[in-house]
Formats: sequence, structure tokens, C-alpha cells
Amino acid sequence: MAKGITVIDKERCKGCGLCISACPFGVLGFSDEHNSSGYNVATAVAPEQCTGCTICAQICPDVAIEVYRKEKAESKEAA
Amino acid sequence: MSPAETTIPQGYGKVFSRPQSLSDAPTTYCPGCLHGVATRLIAEVIDELGIKDRTVGIAPVGCAVFLYRFYNLDFVQASHGRACAVATGLKRANSDLMVFSYQGDGDLAAIGTAETVHAANRGENFTVVFINNQIYGMTGGEMAPTTLPGQRTTTTPRGRDVASTGYPLRISEMLAQLDGPRYITRQSLHDAPHIAKSRKALLTAFSNQLEGKGFSMVELVAACPTNFKMSPDKANKWLVEQALPAYPLGDLKVKE
Amino acid sequence: MSLQLMRGNEAIAEAAIRAGCRCYFCYPITPQGELVEYMARELPTRGGEFLQAESEVSAINMVYGAAAAGVRTMTSSSSPGISLKMEGISYMAGARLPGVIVNIMRGGPGLGNIAPAQADYFQATKGGGHGDYRLITLAPSTVPEAAELVMEAFELSDRYRVPAMILADGMLGQMMEPVELPEPVDPADIPARPWALTGAKGRDPNVVLSFDLDPQGLKKMNQELQAIYRQIQHNEIRWEESHTEDAELLLVAYGTMGRIARTVARLAREEGIRAGLIRPITLWPFPYDPIRQAAQSVSTVLTLELSAGQMWEDVQLAVGQRADTPFYGELGGVVPTPRQILKEVKRYVSS
Ligand SMILES: Cc1ncc(C[n+]2csc(CCOP(=O)(O)OP(=O)(O)O)c2C)c(N)n1
Ligand code: SF4
Ligand code: SF4
Ligand code: SF4
Ligand SMILES: [Mg+2]
Repeated sequence: MAKGITVIDKERCKGCGLCISACPFGVLGFSDEHNSSGYNVATAVAPEQCTGCTICAQICPDVAIEVYRKEKAESKEAA
Repeated sequence: MSPAETTIPQGYGKVFSRPQSLSDAPTTYCPGCLHGVATRLIAEVIDELGIKDRTVGIAPVGCAVFLYRFYNLDFVQASHGRACAVATGLKRANSDLMVFSYQGDGDLAAIGTAETVHAANRGENFTVVFINNQIYGMTGGEMAPTTLPGQRTTTTPRGRDVASTGYPLRISEMLAQLDGPRYITRQSLHDAPHIAKSRKALLTAFSNQLEGKGFSMVELVAACPTNFKMSPDKANKWLVEQALPAYPLGDLKVKE
Repeated sequence: MSLQLMRGNEAIAEAAIRAGCRCYFCYPITPQGELVEYMARELPTRGGEFLQAESEVSAINMVYGAAAAGVRTMTSSSSPGISLKMEGISYMAGARLPGVIVNIMRGGPGLGNIAPAQADYFQATKGGGHGDYRLITLAPSTVPEAAELVMEAFELSDRYRVPAMILADGMLGQMMEPVELPEPVDPADIPARPWALTGAKGRDPNVVLSFDLDPQGLKKMNQELQAIYRQIQHNEIRWEESHTEDAELLLVAYGTMGRIARTVARLAREEGIRAGLIRPITLWPFPYDPIRQAAQSVSTVLTLELSAGQMWEDVQLAVGQRADTPFYGELGGVVPTPRQILKEVKRYVSS
């Protein structure tokens, strides 16, 4: 399992692509979907690469991204 | 998918979420506009300092005119350029309030120059967030005092000619010359490391106010992809290559 | 209570403090310097904030901020400075913020001079700023009345959430008269301001705005404003009337000219001319009905102003065809004597 998980609020996403180019691990890309405002929304295309670094969320101007990270103590159990 | 519908497997903790001080309303900014990042950072700082219940924001005239919708805070909308005078009135009437103004470069550095300079010089105890996007965003991309030499805007269609329209106005450097202000800094919003620095600067600026230390201004260099007619990515690259050399980053004044 | 000899400007300042004005913002200009100086001296020692702003534009926007924070607040200036405040006044009107603006009028247009004039009537009553708004406009004619009307201005402004203006002139500002100062307002009697910006603690956020980009929304906001203005027109018209019952000629004058007109009416009566006087105290709302009624039984309604005839337009509206409506005015800061005006009065009576 990946170290990090991003959750993108599709309705908030304006498809600006800033998160996509900011992610150092190529996790994000455009989906095939458009939201109700007509924006082509971003999604995790390679979720297994996500480290939970939050860089994508920091740059997202619409605060559409939430990030979860594997907790240290439990990471062994999960593995 | 909304965040509520997502099931996160056990063993994962949330490390980034929307700050409490932000409302649920979507912003009215264009896709990729860095106004959105500045708007969020302020909310994070207000949350961190626990001052939501005593904060009053001042929305400018400009692309941030709807700022009041984006927060769960008391708000007043000021006439174009007058936010620092309005902030002075609020703060003089009630010094317990935590007051911040949020202003563009047309608002703060053109029509509102006098209000800004004099509030800074009086050392008024409030916080100014200054968005320098080198353009009048809201009205359709006209020249701002911060527009770069040669930069094309709708009112400088052949590029800004400094011989006739003057030079980029470095208002932070101007204010840093005064004895009044406590803290004047310029930061950028183009990538995550710089966003982290901007956040730290905002935290300092709001903390100063909380401690009664006087006037703080955080200038945030940003891009306006819509009026630059660039993709948000390109606009941010342009910002690094063209704007930042004219607007060097860092603290310009820190009064101990 | 005791009588005190005070200058108009000082009485206005003292009355404002007694009315509970907690924040006063100004920019120096003649002929209202004594008002500024009085506030600078007194307000900080009596629990208030005095601040000399960098311009009248800033001063009115400080008033806007202080009003939004929920305190009684005031600014004062004279004609050129009031022109600069017009943007802020329009914003206050739109945002429904109370506050008092004092205009100690001087000669204009432009830099004009520092002599008394009444040439800012249009600006005060017809909307010197942009948009469909009204200013409650109170025009004192003596120093004691100035003090009284300042208290009144704060009350009315708070009650209706509409900015109010004291429209006086350099003569009244400089003149000294005995005043019985009003008792200070008990802060507990000042109406609560649940809309004020105090921090959104335990309630939904308050927002102070003067705009709505949706035309339907802005229409509604304007309709609400107009409804308030109708209430004010219905409830708050004030005027002084003397010897109108048997009058053959009616004088209409306000402020300093109203004061002179009182003497003119007396002199006229001494010479057997049955002159009456209506002195509007609220210039907006304007006393159309009282003037209309008084005009029923006279042949001439003579308007007197220190201007080229501004209130005159409202008098003509009120009187219509009921009587002749001539005008006598002085320009540029010249103040006529009662005898000069009496000569004018005689022209209309003999003809
Ligand atoms: C007195 C006045 N003059 C002009 C305008 C029109 N106006 C609205 S926004 C704006 C410029 C905004 O530019 P800036 O402050 O840089 O903000 P941005 O939109 O770039 O964030 C102007 C000139 C106005 N609303 N009021
Ligand atoms: S959290 Fe980091 S690794 Fe994961 S998607 Fe965002 S930027 Fe990429
Ligand atoms: S940065 Fe935000 S708004 Fe832009 S594409 Fe990514 S999620 Fe969507
Ligand atoms: S016009 Fe420019 S500054 Fe305004 S919201 Fe759009 S991108 Fe941002
Ligand atoms: Mg701008």
C-alpha cells in the first residue's frame, strides 16, 4: 500500500493542473471526468506512488485536495 | 467523489485538510489563480492562532472582492484602495479585534498608496496581505504600478514603456524605509517551498498584531494566468523568470 | 445645567462627545479648525479616539471602519474636503452604516474661499456621491441649535442606519453664543448594533457590504433603502415657522440665512409688511408640505440663500403655481445685512 492517499473534491477542482505538475512522483493526472462546472478534474493516476508529501495540496488554489499519510506506529502492522 | 464519500483505509491519518476558517463556498477566482493559495494560507494562520472569533477581514475591490464569502469570519468590503483607512477605523474603534486587509496591487499600490503609506507610518496594529500579480486582474488585465517593463497589458499593448508610464513600484521597499512598520516582507506563491515561507510570514504578521507590535505587511508575488494569457503552469514559470528578478524575496524590515 | 459661551465649532464638538461619539477622524480645513482642535484636546481624555488622517478620503473611510465596528463616529470638514468624502458617504449609505458628517460650508466652487456660504445644498441633499442614496441633513441656525442637532444627528443616524450630515457654514462655526449643553447620552441608551463587526463568536459571521453584482439583488437592496427613506420622510421632517398665519409674504431660509431672515421678518413687520418665515431644519427630508400649506395664503414666497439658488428649487417644487417664487441670494461668501434683504422684500410687496 502507498504511503499517502490524496482525496480530490471533484466539485471544487477547477482542472488547473497545478497539482499535476507539482507532484514530484507523477501520482496525479487528468481524469476522463468533468464536474458540474465543466472542469476536467484531476485524479490520482498512479496512486501507489503517493508519499503523502502534501505538495499537491499546498499548491491547489481551490483547496480541493485532502491528504492522508500512513501513520508510523501502524505502518508495520499494515505491512 | 467528495471527501466524505471516500473511505480511507485504517492506519492513515489526515495530514492536509481545509482550514476551519474557510467557508464551504467555492472561490470565484479563475482556475490556477494564486489568490486561492493566499486565501487559504490566511485561514490556516487564523486557525493556528485560534483567533477566528475576533478576526475581521477587509475585502478589497479587485478579484478578491468576494473574499468575505470564502471565510467564516466577520467581514467588511472597502472602497477601492481604502482598506488601510477602514482597518484603522476598525482597530481604533475596537483594539481587541484582529484586523487584516487583503489587497491587490492596483488597490494597494495605485489608488490606495496614501492610505497604505500612512497606516504603515503610524504603525497601525493590523495586518496587510498584498497580492502583487503585476496586473489589474478584475477589470480585464490593465497595467498596474507593479507591471514589468515591456510587459503587455490591455493598456500597454506595445509593452510597458517606462519612459511614459514609469517603473515597477516596489512598495515593500518603500514602506521598509519608514520608522513605523514592524514587519515588511515579500514572498512568492509559485511553488510549495515558497508557499511554506509565505505561510510563515503570515504567521509572523498576525502574531505581531496579536502581541500589539504594530503594522505588518506580507507582499505575496502571484500570477494572473487569465490576463497573462498563459496556462497556470506557464504563468508560474513566467513569475519565477520575469517577476521575481524585479521583486526580490525576503524580509525587508523586521523591527525588534 | 449652566449656560456656556461657546463657538459654534466647539459646541458641535462638545455635543458630539456628549452624544457618545467614540471615534473622530479629520483632516484640517478652515473654517472648522476649532472643531478639530477641540476634539484633539478633549476626546482622548474622555475615552475616545482622535486621529488626524492623511486626507478627507481616509478620514471618511476610517469613519466607515469605526462605524462597521459598531461605535458612534464622526468626521468634520468644509466644502472642498466634503467633496472628497463623497465616495465614502455613498459607501456608508450602501452598507447601511450610521455616522455623522459635519460640513462647515465655505465659498466655492474649487478652492473658493473661507467665507460662509450655503452652496453645498445640492451636494448634501441631492446625492453628492453616486447612487440612489439620501443623507439626513440637519441645518442649525444658532450655536445652541447646532449642539442640539448634533445629538439628533447621532440618534437619527443610528435609528435608521443612514449617515447624517450637519450642514452649517463658516459664520455659525465661528460665532460665539451662550449654550446650554445637552446632557451626555447614557451609553446604555444607544441602540444595540447586532450587525456590527465584533468577531463571529457564537453567531454567524456579520458582513458589511455596499454591493451586489446581481441586478435583482441590488434592486432589492435599493428598494430597502428607499423604504427607509420614505419612513424618514414620513417621521422626521423638522422646520421652524413664525408668523405664517396672517402672512402676505413668506420667507424661506435655512441656517445662517434663516437667522438673518428672522430679523428681516421682524423689520418688515415693523414697517407694516406681514412677513412670515419658514426655516427648514431638516434639508433632507425637506419640509415640502409645511411650505406648500403656508404658501396657500400668500402672494409671494421669497427664498433666501447664500448661494445662487439651490434650496430654491425645492421651494419652487413645494409652492408650484400657488404663489410667486422669487429668489434672493448672495455669492462667494458675501453675507447680506437684514436691511439689504428688506429692500428686496419691499419690491415684492409694493408690486
Ligand atoms: C474608484 C474605483 N475606481 C476603479 C474601479 C474599477 N476597478 C475594479 S478592480 C480594479 C483593479 C483591481 O486590480 P488589483 O487591485 O490589482 O486587484 P486584482 O484584481 O489584480 O486582484 C479597478 C481599477 C473601482 N471599482 N472603483
Ligand atoms: S501527496 Fe505528494 S506524492 Fe501524493 S499526490 Fe500529492 S504531491 Fe504527489
Ligand atoms: S490544483 Fe486543485 S484545482 Fe487545480 S487541478 Fe489540482 S485539484 Fe484541481
Ligand atoms: S483575473 Fe487573474 S487575478 Fe483575477 S481571478 Fe482570474 S487569474 Fe486570478
Ligand atoms: Mg492585481
